[in-house]
Amino acid sequence: MSFNNLDTLYRQVIMDHYKSPRNKGSLEGDVLTVDMNNPTCGDRIQLQMQVENGIVKDAKFDGEGCSISMASASMMTQAIKGKEITDAIKLSKHFSDMMLGEEIDTEGLDFGDMEALQGVAKFPARIKCATLPWKAMEKGVNDEN
Amino acid sequence: MDLHAIRQEFPILHQEVNGHPLVYLDSSATSQKPRSVIEAVDSYYRQDNSNVHRGVHTLGTRATENYEGAREKVRKFINADSTKQVIFTRGTTTAINTVAHSYGRANLSSGDEIVLTQMEHHSNIIPWQQVAKATGAELKYIPLQPDGTITLEDAAKTITANTKIVAISHVSNVLGTVNPINEVAELAHKQDAVIVVDGAQGAPHMKIDVEDLNCDFYAFSGHKMCAPTGIGVLYGRKTLLENMEPFEFGGEMIDFVNLYDSTWKELPWKFEGGTPIIAGAIGLGAAIDFLNEVGMDNITKHEQKIVSYAMEKFQALDGITIFGPQERAGLITFNLDDVHPHDTATVLDAEGIAVRAGHHCAQPLMRWLEVTATARASFYLYNTEEDVDRLVEGLLKTKEYFGDVF
Repeated sequence: MSFNNLDTLYRQVIMDHYKSPRNKGSLEGDVLTVDMNNPTCGDRIQLQMQVENGIVKDAKFDGEGCSISMASASMMTQAIKGKEITDAIKLSKHFSDMMLGEEIDTEGLDFGDMEALQGVAKFPARIKCATLPWKAMEKGVNDEN
Repeated sequence: MDLHAIRQEFPILHQEVNGHPLVYLDSSATSQKPRSVIEAVDSYYRQDNSNVHRGVHTLGTRATENYEGAREKVRKFINADSTKQVIFTRGTTTAINTVAHSYGRANLSSGDEIVLTQMEHHSNIIPWQQVAKATGAELKYIPLQPDGTITLEDAAKTITANTKIVAISHVSNVLGTVNPINEVAELAHKQDAVIVVDGAQGAPHMKIDVEDLNCDFYAFSGHKMCAPTGIGVLYGRKTLLENMEPFEFGGEMIDFVNLYDSTWKELPWKFEGGTPIIAGAIGLGAAIDFLNEVGMDNITKHEQKIVSYAMEKFQALDGITIFGPQERAGLITFNLDDVHPHDTATVLDAEGIAVRAGHHCAQPLMRWLEVTATARASFYLYNTEEDVDRLVEGLLKTKEYFGDVF
């Protein structure tokens, strides 16, 4: 593996999200709050979602972790905002398929910048970093229902 | 010590990883295995495999002789009085859990104290938390100095007349701190407490003399000292072990079994319920032979040379934080500014360099260091100054790669 291969992991758009995370911070009021950590590495995330009538009105995250986990969280909050919960869960399923290296059909759902994380599938040790925020989202939604 | 010849004994080191010659700097997690250990395990399975302590047949006798022969090698290696004091376990974790369960739970009650340090590995924290919960005993921690060492003044203050157990690592797996076991043992004994030493990072790297250390229990793992995974040792003082109940019950550890009650074998077998890790013990015996041939003092000296060289190189780098004291065992835990250790480890891996990144099973210590994770390079008898050069080069590349980001 050379630095060229590293570039398949650390795509420019990932670095951009890492450097300037979107939706970082916390939400006020009646929101869903999920804390999740990756016990093998110590990464942690707090995800907050404001859900109204089955739609994710707003989402913010805070936490500490590597470039992949933080960029993934930033991208995810962008992707799920304004979506119906059922679609957010579909996205999550697609995302984990993508991490398994499977071809995905997004069925017209906007995958946004997340496709940039495709290269993570080639770095098995880093897949858990990328999926951490998605697991937090699913946990939040499932606990609510 | 002929470094080239030693490296030749480790087949795994001679390979390319991601297009570069492998530089293995994760021996504190697990060490690599020399040919003689691999062959000892292989030969046991090819020629002698049988259960121990029961077969009348020839293979059974051979397996038993080899298994008990390995115990004698361990006894000599740590200078224990008797093989009765050498209990084979699955590793350090099982060894400490055995003491926590069979000594801790049986002897502690509300008002008693268990003293630890703030640098302990999870395996020397959680068993004691469980003892405290079960018995009502209280956990106390000897605090750390800014450089990650403890002082004997603090130890003396923390260990009181209520202290029944002092559990302390010989060498910190994160900071590289070498603790003054002998002096802490004296403080513990003055208060009639026993001292349990987590020797996972001690026994592989320095000459261990349990009499000199004056410890009551010493636990270590084979896989960090050139032996296979799944084998470890609990050393204990004979009078203590004799008065302890077994931790696991079943085959191999019994004397006489009735329908409603049973009696136990004598030491050390009463603590070895079930078919033991025979091949692992034989592998550990071979590892001890190998380490003895090189010489434990030579190994310590070599690691000191490599770690001093690495410290010098690291301290010349900009934008790096090194954790732990200047004088240390053969490992360096560090972080590059603005680069998460996982990212550091991934870039290094692309260069064929294996380091550990994460919390190193020491979350309370990570919180004390005010980080969530760190990177760690750890050295063993087969590492070279060239390995350190490659690491430093890799770190410079990491900074360059991530430098564009910030």
